[in-house]
Order: sequence, then C-alpha cells, then structure tokens
Amino acid sequence: MVTSVTNLGRSGLYDWVVQRVTAVILALYTLFLLGFVIASPDMQYGQWQGLFACIWMKVFSLAALISICAHAWVGMWTISTDYLKAAAIRFAFQLVCAGFLFVYLVWGIDILWSV
Amino acid sequence: MNSNRPTNLDLTTIELPLPGKASIIHRISGFILFFAVAFMLCALAASLESAESFAELKSVFDNGLVKFITWGILSALGYHLVAGVKHLLMDMGIGETKEGGRTGAIITLVCGVIVIILAGVWVW
Repeated sequence: MVTSVTNLGRSGLYDWVVQRVTAVILALYTLFLLGFVIASPDMQYGQWQGLFACIWMKVFSLAALISICAHAWVGMWTISTDYLKAAAIRFAFQLVCAGFLFVYLVWGIDILWSV
Repeated sequence: MNSNRPTNLDLTTIELPLPGKASIIHRISGFILFFAVAFMLCALAASLESAESFAELKSVFDNGLVKFITWGILSALGYHLVAGVKHLLMDMGIGETKEGGRTGAIITLVCGVIVIILAGVWVW
C-alpha cells in the first residue's frame, strides 16, 4: 500500500469524515450569521461588536475558522490530486494552499481575539 | 481490469450529465471560496475594529464593484452550501439511484439559482 503524505488525515476515510463534520459546522455558522444579519436590517456597530465579544461567539467563530482551514485543505488537496499530475507542480500548489490557510488561521485568530 | 477498455479522458469532448454539472459547479464554487475567505476576513476585521471602520465598511458597499464581488462570493457560498447539503443527504443514502441522482441535481441547481437571485436582491 502506498502511504499518502499530503492529505490531511493520511487516510481517505478520515478526510471524508473531517470534510463532513467541518461542513456541518460551517453550514450552521453561515446560517446563524445570515439570520443575525437579516434579523437586524439596520445593524449598528455596538450590536455587531457585542455579538463577537461574547465568549460563545468566539468559540463558534474559532470552530468555523478551523473548519474552514481543514475543509479547504481537503478540498484543495482533492482538486490538486485530480488535475495536477506532475508531482512538483502538485506539491507547489499544495504548499501555496497551506500558506494561504495558515495566514487565514493566524489572521482570523487575531481578528477574533482583538474584539 | 481489462486493459483493452476504450478510455476517453478528453474532458472537452465529454458532455457532463446533470449530476456531473451540479458537481463541477460545487467544486468551482469551493475553489472560489478558498480565495474569497481573504475578502471575508478583511471585511470582518474592518467591521470589528472600531465604530468608524464599521461605518466606513458600510459605505464601501455602496460601490458597484464591491456589490458585484459581494454578490459573487454570496453566490458561490450559497451554491456550495446547497450542493453540500445534497452531498450529506446522499451520504445518508437518500437519492443514490441513477434517477435519484438526476432529481437531486435538478433540485440542487434550481435551489442554487434561487439562492443566487436572492443574494443579488439582498445586495442591490
């Protein structure tokens, strides 16, 4: 058996589960934010800031942020292994993706924790 | 496996079946969302920094190009979510037959169009 070294869980089944669990978290987060924004058509800063200042919202947002990183990694990894046959190009593409996601993660944590 | 099987992997000559179309749009929307996260984080940072930056962000949305990009991101997100729900339902064994797959694809595409139109109405 060839062991894959670039997919998230080193196993297709693990990746499959990660993709679905993170998808549910992201769907819930998206629908929650959508509902919150729609419920207050004339959103003021205090309301918005107050939401993100809640500790449960920080937990929810961080869960969503980590989910984005894991979900996007599995997705981009799948795309790269489907279309990029040359190992060097595929690896370079994966490195760029990992770079993006690392920046997103640190940037996102910084935003959430400076509220 | 029979090595004499004819293979044709020239995608430009293959007409994708409906579920295939629903699937490739799901993939493309996901690819777009990967980069859209940068825009979302930018907006989130500006919205939370201060009351001034919040007001500034609100006024930025009056710009036509910003509206268009926002609509594009919301469309990609909306379609990706709808197609993702279809995926989860199929994982549970719902609509796994050939006919079910076609029906699911039609529902996904129709819901996707509705979501994209609603997103446009919301933005403009």
